[in-house]
Amino acid sequence: MKQFAKMAIPYAIWAAVMIAIPMLMILLYAITESGNGVVTLKFTLDNFIYFLTDPALLRVLMTSFKIAIYTTILCILIGYPAAYFMSKLNEKYRTTVLLLITLPTWINMLVRTYAWMGMLQVDGLFAQILGMLGIGDVQLIGTEGAVIFVMVYNFLPFMILQIYTSLSKMDKSYLEAASDLGANKVQSFWRVTFPLSLPGVISGITLVFLPAASTFQISQLIGQGSVPMIGNLIESFFLKTGDWNKGSAISLIMAVIIMFSMYLAKKVDKDPSTRGRI
Amino acid sequence: MKKKRKIFSKFYLGLMLVFFYLPIVYTVIFSFNDSRSLTVFDGFSLRWYERMFNDRTMMQAIGYTFLIAILATLISTIVGTITAIALSKSRKSVQLVMEQLNNLPIMNPDIVTAVGLLMLFSSIRFIEKGFMTLLLAHVMFCIPYVILSIMPKLRTLDPNLAEAALDLGATPWQAMTKVIVPQIMPGILSGALIAFTMSFDDFVISYFVTGNGVSNISILVYTMSKRINPSINAISTIVILIITVALILINVLPMLRKKEVKA
Repeated sequence: MKQFAKMAIPYAIWAAVMIAIPMLMILLYAITESGNGVVTLKFTLDNFIYFLTDPALLRVLMTSFKIAIYTTILCILIGYPAAYFMSKLNEKYRTTVLLLITLPTWINMLVRTYAWMGMLQVDGLFAQILGMLGIGDVQLIGTEGAVIFVMVYNFLPFMILQIYTSLSKMDKSYLEAASDLGANKVQSFWRVTFPLSLPGVISGITLVFLPAASTFQISQLIGQGSVPMIGNLIESFFLKTGDWNKGSAISLIMAVIIMFSMYLAKKVDKDPSTRGRI
Repeated sequence: MKKKRKIFSKFYLGLMLVFFYLPIVYTVIFSFNDSRSLTVFDGFSLRWYERMFNDRTMMQAIGYTFLIAILATLISTIVGTITAIALSKSRKSVQLVMEQLNNLPIMNPDIVTAVGLLMLFSSIRFIEKGFMTLLLAHVMFCIPYVILSIMPKLRTLDPNLAEAALDLGATPWQAMTKVIVPQIMPGILSGALIAFTMSFDDFVISYFVTGNGVSNISILVYTMSKRINPSINAISTIVILIITVALILINVLPMLRKKEVKA
């Protein structure tokens, strides 16, 4: 089978250049001073210290993770019942609803976010509805709440689909066993269905938290510049001020935090003590 | 009691669908609005479509989006398929290292991949930013998804089949295209589909690596949306239409075929 194994070489070279080298460049720029050539590298930790000591930047870091955590929690709270009800539908409706929930995720995120930008305008659809209900003059666009709302809109389908998949894979005989053993509906939900669906919740969390923490387009369009997130910082370091060293440092900080949380989530998922205690 | 619960669950799912489709319907409706307003519908008109078709940058962005999505899908599907098959026949250690490397762009936030590529492309002098860098970047982030969707199919494959083909005098290339590929076709197709939509929808990576005025639909919407511009609704409606038709075809055609077979 050696003849086949050789065919992986072109991609190995490609991956080294296109995947490994860019990551190494981020690392290198993050730990060196700006303005030095390849020959005269001056190592420093100033780029990291800069972030961890500037209160304004720390606040941006905190805001980003706060928004990402709120978004993730809301997606679970709203998405879980939806996934649960979906799994209870009869088959004819189920495929249709599944398709209807998948479809928006395939439409460009910028396009969907732009639509909300129109609806959340100062005199937009939502402001008018709120006005009719007697709640006048609420600032929507440009607030943290609006950013979280639009993020929930964008990422909720992923959470629903993940939970739905794990619910529909579940062996229904567990539920019969639970009711035979005298559990009522509520008990069998919390002690059978919910623990068995946790892997779905966890992979949903990874699919929501990662993009929510690192987005910059939603906070730009909906936050209108008044809700800066890490992504916006990175954008301005690379595309506006051209400070690659500081930009690399913050990219590295974010990548490490996010990958570490993903790793933890996977670990929790694999840990038998947290999975399906029946 | 049971009936009440059923009504509630249908109501909840209905509400969910309204939430998901409200902005989409809103976009489509207001793309036909006669005035600039995004709140009041002043009558039906096609003026924003007219403006879109007469706008060269908009038409170019649509063209680039399709061209890059098609090229990136083709390249990444072919390379991804060959690599996945090769890796399944490689040593375990090689497999493990490559899988880790392959997972990096999937695990990493888009923006980190984007700035890495930006620095890479900027340090290579002879690559001009624009179409070429966009295509390279899209191929780079599409291949991992293709490999990821083919790998599970390869694991369930009987390794003796390829061996038998080779023993019977097939060249490795023939064994690959005639024996292995037909069996993993569903994986290849779903990989290609993921690659196409990833490329078609990408904003973050494209935004960082492009240059010289080359943009795709996402970049266009982002840069134009700083001011209210109803032409964006027109371009959005076209995107919505294309994706909807494509998805319906993909989902409904197999169902119809299945029915035909049954009948």
